[in-house]
Amino acid sequence: MEKVKLNIDIKQEQLKAQEIIKKQGRRILVCASTGCLANGALELIEEFKKLGANADILTNEVKMSVIPTGCIGFCEQGCLVVIPDKKLTYVHVKKEDVEEIYNSLKNGTVVERLLYVDPALNKKIVNNEEMNFYAKQTRTALRNCGIINPESIDEAIAAGAYSALSKVLEINEQEYVLKEIEDSGLRGRGGGGFATGKKWRSVNRHQGGKSYVICNGDEGDPGAFMDRSVMEDDPHKLLEGMAIAAFAVGADEGYIYVRAEYPLAIKRLKMAIKAAEERHLLGSDIMGSNFSFHIHIKEGAGAFVCGESSALIASIEGERGMPRPKNIHMAECGLFKRPTLLNNVETFANVPLIILNGASWFASMGTEKSKGTKTFALTGEVNNTGLIEVPMNTTLRQIVFDLGGGIRNGKKFKAVQIGGPSGGCLTEEHLDMPMDYDQLTKVGAMVGSGGLVVMNEDTCIVEVARFFMNFTQHESCGKCTPCREGTKQMLAILERIVKGQGKMEDLDMLQELGEVIKAGSLCGLGKSAPNPVLSTLKYFRDEYIAHIKDKKCPAGVCSALKQYEIEADKCKGCTKCARNCPVGAIEGTIKEPHKINQEKCIKCGACKDNCPFKAIVTK
Amino acid sequence: MTTSTPPIDTGKLDEIIRQFEGKKTNLIAILQKVQEIYKYLPEDAMTYIGSRIDGISPATVFGVATFYAQFSLEPKGKYEIKVCDGTACHVRGSMPVLDAVKRKINLKNGKMTTENGMFSLETVSCLGACSLAPAMVINGKIYPKMTAAAAEIVIDTILKENV
Repeated sequence: MEKVKLNIDIKQEQLKAQEIIKKQGRRILVCASTGCLANGALELIEEFKKLGANADILTNEVKMSVIPTGCIGFCEQGCLVVIPDKKLTYVHVKKEDVEEIYNSLKNGTVVERLLYVDPALNKKIVNNEEMNFYAKQTRTALRNCGIINPESIDEAIAAGAYSALSKVLEINEQEYVLKEIEDSGLRGRGGGGFATGKKWRSVNRHQGGKSYVICNGDEGDPGAFMDRSVMEDDPHKLLEGMAIAAFAVGADEGYIYVRAEYPLAIKRLKMAIKAAEERHLLGSDIMGSNFSFHIHIKEGAGAFVCGESSALIASIEGERGMPRPKNIHMAECGLFKRPTLLNNVETFANVPLIILNGASWFASMGTEKSKGTKTFALTGEVNNTGLIEVPMNTTLRQIVFDLGGGIRNGKKFKAVQIGGPSGGCLTEEHLDMPMDYDQLTKVGAMVGSGGLVVMNEDTCIVEVARFFMNFTQHESCGKCTPCREGTKQMLAILERIVKGQGKMEDLDMLQELGEVIKAGSLCGLGKSAPNPVLSTLKYFRDEYIAHIKDKKCPAGVCSALKQYEIEADKCKGCTKCARNCPVGAIEGTIKEPHKINQEKCIKCGACKDNCPFKAIVTK
Repeated sequence: MTTSTPPIDTGKLDEIIRQFEGKKTNLIAILQKVQEIYKYLPEDAMTYIGSRIDGISPATVFGVATFYAQFSLEPKGKYEIKVCDGTACHVRGSMPVLDAVKRKINLKNGKMTTENGMFSLETVSCLGACSLAPAMVINGKIYPKMTAAAAEIVIDTILKENV
């Protein structure tokens, strides 16, 4: 096919956008994503504007602008203020600190007290590049997150948005795109890890009539928020990736299915679509070519199972989100019974850079069968919680200890739960394993969407298994029996065990039920629901046995198995615990050791948390 | 049919249905809009919608409404409290927060809305604010890094504002 001459020159557009940004002067980036907003980021932005760092009224005297950005990932340290040209990052910034930062920028000084202190080196970090949290990452899908203002299309264009789409439309060959994606080795980032290029090709084969491209933004895994970050913080990258996919498979209409719990993502995607259509970067005859692509937003309504492809389609069609048997492939008969391509947010977000930098660039990262980078949401009992992106050959140890800064409060590492309620546990023995699809599957876990919840010695593994089973049981759509009834039985057994009423036979029953549910369920939810239990049974069997035989919770979490007691020699009789107790279970006279009435005690822990003399212990 | 609730405004419902072109594929969006107005889905509204959209019945509407966690068939409180019980929040102690709130607003007998209609309480599986764990949301505002004591203070503040 001949090259197409487009009537929008994206390079010119990019230069124009860069000129606009230059006029902002020095950029002061304030993270305005969900995490930092909750910590008061909007107030910071207002304060900077009041002082004069406002692009709208820029004077010669103050050449600074405050820019609200998306999530830079280092959520633990929020609110974050980044000054890119000085390579400075200020952490835990409060409204009262703004003036000092502002003045220091005018005077060319540094506000030492707001610098990040590396917990391992116990050193203040003056240069961003020395921050382990960032230095050890390779940000591809998240490249612009936290750097650009997600509500401005100019900022996205200045950072290169729509250049890849322009390249694709100029070359005007579906085969070129398919080949690049196949050669890159990109695999689905939503969990399954299916080869993206292969999927695109099979949808491409069925083109001719109406075809659809769907983006799965129903990020329901508790403990995962990487898709939210892409949708909120760099929406144009997602839209561009979808448009390229639509071109490759011959679709002209697309849907982004976003879960209702992400209102900010919905708002920003809608804004981005409107802005891109106004510039002819989306919509009809994009950039003057004869390729058209219209994107709609569909809001979910709170059903985890809708992350499953066929359930998601049922939901878009306005029905109960129940999975359908897949005897006919979606590439042939999907949404409204038409050929449909469905990928996850992060998968689409990788596409523009693969087109721009080439398949071999992407394939040079990662392991033999898992190419490129993967985002992980690092949460739980780790020092640096947040969002990270690393090559797929990075080990768990590097993630938890180098990027994550180790376990909070000097506690001991116990396990990492990966892949949410569909995944499994990784223990100390897996610390040096690379985080690739096949290795993880081999040990009974999965990449899933990439939620990493770090657990320490104080986390009860059995309780966590119960927690996940409770979640999947609740979210089971009820269509097929193994999942509907099986998860219910597994949950009942686990509830018995955490209450100290388990029997040793229960462990065999859990194993058997787990295997039946995995083998007999219709969709991915059921097929993976037993994973957390099966993997913890394998690696932490002794903890299950402690609950059953010794009636003890080794981590001291399960409330039925613990008792709060006051150690008389340490108690000074200050009465604080008695005042804090919500049920009046603590008795005693002032300056005399107090006592807990076990019958009344609800084991809330309020006494222990607040005792100034550490006189209250759990047994 | 319930008789205790005030009659629904069918004009308003028609307008919403029109806004979504009366398509059954937009049923979820229509119900979301209706819930925005009433804060829950009144039975009469569901029946009405089911009879106004081609190709569906009131039973279909009821089926969809009961499937999705977002829809509530009971009125919610003036203050909708959501305690996140995603994995990250759970391991950092969301259950003590939930228990504290439950005690504080005096919820009993398994009910999730207080008798005076002031508060309703629910757990949500993940708000994607894991770095703020455990997180609580009241009418859209996120309260980060909650403890049982902190949650009680938040509720106290609301109670004071409403004296």
